[in-house]
Amino acid sequence: MILHGYLPAILEGLLTSLQVAVLSLAIACVFGLAGAAAKLSNSRAARMIVDVYTTLIRGIPELALMLMVFYGGQALLNYLVMKAGGEYIEVPAFTAGVLTIGFVFGAYMTETFRGAILAIPKGQMEAALSVGMSRVQVLRRITLPQMIRHAIPGFTNNWLIMIKATALVSIIGLDDMMQRAGLAAAATRQPLDFYLAVAAIYLAITTVSILLLSRVEKRFSLGVRKAEFK
Amino acid sequence: MIDWSVVVGSLPDFFAGLKVTLLLLAISLASGLLLSVPLAVARVSPNPWLAKPVWLYTYVIRGTPLLVQLFIIYYGFAQIEFIRESVAWNLFREAWFCAWLAFAINTTAYTTEIIAGALRATPHGEIEAAKSLGMSNFDLYRRILLPSALRRALPQYSNEAVGMMHATAIASTVTLVDLTRVARDVYANHLATVEAFGTVAVFYFVLTFSLIGIFRLAERRWLKHLRPQTDVTPADAVIAK
Repeated sequence: MILHGYLPAILEGLLTSLQVAVLSLAIACVFGLAGAAAKLSNSRAARMIVDVYTTLIRGIPELALMLMVFYGGQALLNYLVMKAGGEYIEVPAFTAGVLTIGFVFGAYMTETFRGAILAIPKGQMEAALSVGMSRVQVLRRITLPQMIRHAIPGFTNNWLIMIKATALVSIIGLDDMMQRAGLAAAATRQPLDFYLAVAAIYLAITTVSILLLSRVEKRFSLGVRKAEFK
Repeated sequence: MIDWSVVVGSLPDFFAGLKVTLLLLAISLASGLLLSVPLAVARVSPNPWLAKPVWLYTYVIRGTPLLVQLFIIYYGFAQIEFIRESVAWNLFREAWFCAWLAFAINTTAYTTEIIAGALRATPHGEIEAAKSLGMSNFDLYRRILLPSALRRALPQYSNEAVGMMHATAIASTVTLVDLTRVARDVYANHLATVEAFGTVAVFYFVLTFSLIGIFRLAERRWLKHLRPQTDVTPADAVIAK
């Protein structure tokens, strides 16, 4: 039998892992875009807040942050709820995991997106404004489409690091692929089989991600001539 | 709101954890750097029998989570009877050894790619010049390629070192009492979130910026030739005379 009959259980865990990854990515992109916008804005306060955010996050290990948000966020939330006269709320591990990973990688995305926006020549945005486009139009027609091309290499990197970081959510008790593998390993006393299977699945995910994202990059780089060293 | 007595009371534990974290980091980075130089040379070799296996190694390691790698070594290897009955079992049953092995294997893969990239970035003329002087391949690597490639790799390597420092937190999952484990224990004993995780955050923060500072100094020393030149106006030059 494949994996001593535990293959379906592991694949169920994979589904959880993928859900965590995709939802965290969405949150990270929102935080990243907002962070990049704030870092490039004229507001000093906004720049400072985001600077503190990116510096703090990048100075502390993801696992420590995850524990901090999981336990600390729970305590803070309940402190506030109790004060308002509410009842104790248990934050589900899934929510805590997704929010933490999204929040952490939002800091990395902020830097990626900021760099991508800076890579667009300023004159283009000025030109767009001068022909009467509104700020939103400039963003939609000029900044975003070009920014994607510059952001993809950094985005790919962040995504690969993030998908691997999802293995950590098992530590805060999430029922992901690692957790399932651990349970199956304990039940069958064959840990090597299960952890190797998990490694193979992660390798497959990263391989597919790299292939897909390099195609996206090609698509968005149509019309850009690469420098040729000949 | 913060119970300082908990923080002060657990400081000795945190410093003990710091020692474990630093020791793990030091032995992993040192062995990783030592291994990745020859592996990087093999990685850029035109001989596929040398280059391909190294490519496969870095690809597999960089494509899987460190936590999984550590669990394969710490929990998985115990399943293999051959290992359990050999002398090596005395090592593999030690969490310390497994963590070091997993971290070293992991950082070696990333560092190999960093150094290989730096090797590839060598200007072609330098190699031609060295060959025209009759240098052997070994001399070429020792005198020309490696000294400049290792310098070029420094900024990226500093990122890897910081990443590895953060990765040592994963050792807390296999019974090692590092900084993160201490924080979890303090939290479990006192249910003091801010005290436990706030303190560990400060520790990691200081560590991160100390590492970055050390690498800044190293860059100043070894990448001196790349530093932006300070503007010297003709007038300054005259005064300097």
